[in-house]
Amino acid sequence: MSVDKRVLTCIVCPRGCEMTATITDGVVTEVVGNTCPRGKKYAEEEILAPKRMLTSTVRVKNGALALVPVVSKTSLPKEKILACAEALRKVTVEAPITEGQVICPNILGLGVDIVASRSMPAATDKD
Amino acid sequence: MNQIYDVIIIGGGPAGLSAAYSAWENGAKKILIIERDRELGGILQQCIHNGFGLHHFKEELTGPGYAYRCIELIKDKPEIEALTDTMVLEILEDKTVIAVSPEKGLLQVQGKTIILTMGCRERTRGAIRIPGERPAGVFTAGAAQRMVNMEGYLPGKKIVILGSGDIGLIMARRMSLEGCKVEAVLEICPFSNGLTRNIVQCLEDYNIPLYLSHTIVKIHGHERVTGVTVAKVDEKMQPIAGTEFDIDCDTLLLSVGLIPENELSRGLHLEMHPLTSGPIVDQRRQTSMPGIFAAGNVVHVHDLVDFVSEEAEIAGKFAALTALGKLDENLTVVNVEAGNGIRTCVPQKLSLPESGEAARLFMRVANPEHKVKLEVKSGDTLIMSKMLPVAKPSEMIALDLPADKTKLIKGSLTVALNREA
Repeated sequence: MSVDKRVLTCIVCPRGCEMTATITDGVVTEVVGNTCPRGKKYAEEEILAPKRMLTSTVRVKNGALALVPVVSKTSLPKEKILACAEALRKVTVEAPITEGQVICPNILGLGVDIVASRSMPAATDKD
Repeated sequence: MNQIYDVIIIGGGPAGLSAAYSAWENGAKKILIIERDRELGGILQQCIHNGFGLHHFKEELTGPGYAYRCIELIKDKPEIEALTDTMVLEILEDKTVIAVSPEKGLLQVQGKTIILTMGCRERTRGAIRIPGERPAGVFTAGAAQRMVNMEGYLPGKKIVILGSGDIGLIMARRMSLEGCKVEAVLEICPFSNGLTRNIVQCLEDYNIPLYLSHTIVKIHGHERVTGVTVAKVDEKMQPIAGTEFDIDCDTLLLSVGLIPENELSRGLHLEMHPLTSGPIVDQRRQTSMPGIFAAGNVVHVHDLVDFVSEEAEIAGKFAALTALGKLDENLTVVNVEAGNGIRTCVPQKLSLPESGEAARLFMRVANPEHKVKLEVKSGDTLIMSKMLPVAKPSEMIALDLPADKTKLIKGSLTVALNREA
């Protein structure tokens, strides 16, 4: 039997409870320090399958600006975030781009699309 | 002859856009937004991270996503005009606005009312006087954010961040995602000034150390930053001798506070508040000069853009109603004082009609607190109270006083924390 303890700060509300979770054989068996049930739920998710949204930018060819901001359509496994960000550094898209347009489908095979978070018109002569 | 508008709005960020939409909804027929940047949306366009809009639009948006929704609200409305690339130079007491743009040259317009929504800007190295050399590689966090997120340049590779406000935390993560190494975040206060969520997701996720009660005592490097000397500080925030250590870096980002941008307000000699550094306003967000309104970060620095939009909607509504001559001007003015434990409260005045009027108060506490009661009193009369399980200087407290409560106010109003509760 392996017993592990982890200290984490709850981010569900501004109170920011410091919680200690006990993990026995890969299962969260106890959470202390939380003041509400939401804290316990957060601790369990955060330990077993932490997820994060990813926002970054990609290069734009022929756009009014050099970059377009992008966002993951849903959250990604936390441990894949840096690899996804690195993959996006190699992506270039052609303007015009509309908000919500898929920029990188199914990033790293994780089943999540990366979409543009704003529109980007093509460069005009003025630019 | 000047072109006359019902409402002229100075600044096309979230405050300006929300004010314009609200003025339009409240019947203003001729609205002009003047923006100095190349596009509308303000600072949101460079805040590409998500977490915006949960209160106001009921969905989690990125900064550009929030800006887009604000811009959509005012688009294709013949009553609303917007000028970009246009810098306002001066506002005169008769509400003439003098501006300049590369396309139109010098231009002059006049408003029946004006809403100031110029936002704020960052404090710089000069404002905090760090000793040492003056090498390249010292940026404000927001300037670095614009370089990385909009212009496509990296300011450096090995980063130290001074100040744990939200922009500093967000940039710590952003630089990490772009392959940089963030060596440390340093905070002079014994607590962070950022949201807990950002401490966890921007620092802990990337194993970036946060040094509380620490500051930079020297910047090294002649041509380019090569490192910083850090020291622990005492309760008076003075560096403690013997605690110094060095961190190598090629870039220093400063996230050391924001200052409302009020050159135009001062030009109008508006009454200013020494702690918020913004104009003093009443619950309608009207300044000391009738017909001049203000909202958003130009009044006081907010932490949530949602509250900026809500405040701007109040200003937009009352500017429109004033321009249309729809307001009863028989008002009693009372002061709102920040009492025990409260650092600032906006509005600083209430201008109340006989029947009372709803007022939204935004407050910041002076120090972190647990289990306190926020009390709003007029003399000995308790007007309203609210239990706060936790209160932090970094998280603004909003409180709505309904009209039937403001009707009870006699003389000045005090907001204070009661720790006995």
